[in-house]
Amino acid sequence: MKEREFKADLFNVVEFKHDESKYVAYEKYSYWRSTFRTFFKSKFNIFLIIAVTVLVLMAFLYPVFYSSDPYSANTDFYEWNQAPGDGHLFGTDSLGRDIFARTWYGTRTSLLLAFIIAFCDVTIGVIAGAIWGYVKKVDRPMTELYNIVMNVPQTVYLIILSYILRPGFWTIVIAKASRGWLSIGKFIRNKVLVIRDSEYNIASTCLGTPLRRVVIKNIIPFLVSIIIMETALSIPYVIGSEVFLGFIGLGMPTTSVSLGVLVNEGKNSFQNYPYQLIYPTSIVAFITVSFYIIGNRFADSSDPKNHI
Amino acid sequence: MKKYIIKRLFHTMISIIVLSFLVFMLLRLMPIEGYFTREEYESTTPAQRELILIENGIKGRPLRGYLNYMKGAIVFDFGRSNKIYPDVPISTLIIEKAPYSGLLGLASMIISVILGCLMGLGMARGKNKFPDTIGTAYIVTVRAVPRLVYLFFIQVWITGLFMLPLLFYTDRPESWIMPIVSLSLGSIAWYATWLRRFLIDEENKDYIKLARAKGLDEKYIYRNHIFRNAVVPLVHYLPAQLLLTISGSLIIESLYSIPGLGGLLLTAINEMENGLVLALVLIFSTLSVVGIFIGDILMAYVDPRIKLSEEGV
Repeated sequence: MKEREFKADLFNVVEFKHDESKYVAYEKYSYWRSTFRTFFKSKFNIFLIIAVTVLVLMAFLYPVFYSSDPYSANTDFYEWNQAPGDGHLFGTDSLGRDIFARTWYGTRTSLLLAFIIAFCDVTIGVIAGAIWGYVKKVDRPMTELYNIVMNVPQTVYLIILSYILRPGFWTIVIAKASRGWLSIGKFIRNKVLVIRDSEYNIASTCLGTPLRRVVIKNIIPFLVSIIIMETALSIPYVIGSEVFLGFIGLGMPTTSVSLGVLVNEGKNSFQNYPYQLIYPTSIVAFITVSFYIIGNRFADSSDPKNHI
Repeated sequence: MKKYIIKRLFHTMISIIVLSFLVFMLLRLMPIEGYFTREEYESTTPAQRELILIENGIKGRPLRGYLNYMKGAIVFDFGRSNKIYPDVPISTLIIEKAPYSGLLGLASMIISVILGCLMGLGMARGKNKFPDTIGTAYIVTVRAVPRLVYLFFIQVWITGLFMLPLLFYTDRPESWIMPIVSLSLGSIAWYATWLRRFLIDEENKDYIKLARAKGLDEKYIYRNHIFRNAVVPLVHYLPAQLLLTISGSLIIESLYSIPGLGGLLLTAINEMENGLVLALVLIFSTLSVVGIFIGDILMAYVDPRIKLSEEGV
């Protein structure tokens, strides 16, 4: 039988096209590129990311654009409770303090609070969760600890800790983070149990893949997406708790500026000067809603099932 | 089954003991002014105050103080209030105020279970379509915007719109409407989110595909397979929710000045009345723990898999 000959001119080189390749094969699949491609496919997501970036930059850089000091009170009667307009973009409060400056300053405080809490939650949670999942001995005590803490309603837990410690920035951090890491830890523990014994990892190990590579390629990407998601989602919750604690008198001291303080001050003067509440709360609402949506959308696009 | 219940009961008891012990010990660290009215504080000498504190278990041997307190707590005796309602037993206060929180909470719970389940069902059936978008927008708003903000706007604007009273009056039923609605908003979103997720999870399972492939009626599948299985996890949360209705909502009770337990806790915090805070926190935590216990037992009844796996261990 004559062997069939393949001449070079029968073939032509096809360029690698990312968009088409997904219909044919999974070759050159990159988890991160796919995650971001899925995420940025939606115009709404792009809009949210831009809006949030602008807001965060504004909160940290507002002094560059705007010179009013959020703390500078005024004894001049005419400076009190000014309506929004020239000089004071959002007006002034009952002590003549500029609400525009206070809003951005408060946003910065609250975002910082949220980032610190998210950082503590996630770092401790991931480490504890990994140990919890891998070491069989600690499973029982950790689960018992989790049950005992989670049995207390969240508001009661927040209240009792803020009541015992002196109200302030770090009290809120302690009160939130001392509970938050447990739920993230439990989540990670469940995932670690699943991943550790999953077939593809057993297969990798059998094929002689070193543990380091299994961890870097199979486990870390998964955890990183969780970390980003948890950070985004914790921001609305932290801001919500801060506003709540301020309302019951256990939040940040009223001499400081944060979104919780602003909302509660605005609420008290709402009858006479509604703008003092409406402007700051619109920004609070926008931030919390955007972070919430971004967190959820990112979680969706980090799921490989949604990549194809 | 019996073994499972006993085991869970044991865990529950331990939880309650650990919790009450921690809370009791932590509150001993509070400034002692919280245990006296101003007059009492000024008219007593430090030695007298010390004596009173030891008598009440706040100073002195911690373990004995705790045991004495718990002995009282078991027969529902938490001592007397001193600042807010001078010399009224705390248990009387609780019995007086709990019905308001409980009634409002119960009404809102019934509403939110019905509406929330309907909404979750609608969202799951119209997945990625119009109902789902609207529902998601509602859920995102309710969950992401701080509760205080939207509850306050509802009180100020919506009550005026419907000509309803701004505050709560025990003898005017129309003033009960807005607190109940406000209470329900959050939990409707909560029930809807969970039911939607469980329904969609269940819908993608193999046995549902098989049922469809067999040619079973779509309505029948939904009612007898998907819905039944999806509701099971919610059963776990209902008892705790039901018991915690008594604790009321701090924000709503304070906004509408409802004479309930949530409002009482708020006043106690602001007046720094430690005894009252301790009693209320203990009651709320115990209710939550007991609620979760009942939920576990109910789950085991509803979902036979749990019972089997527990007995297998």
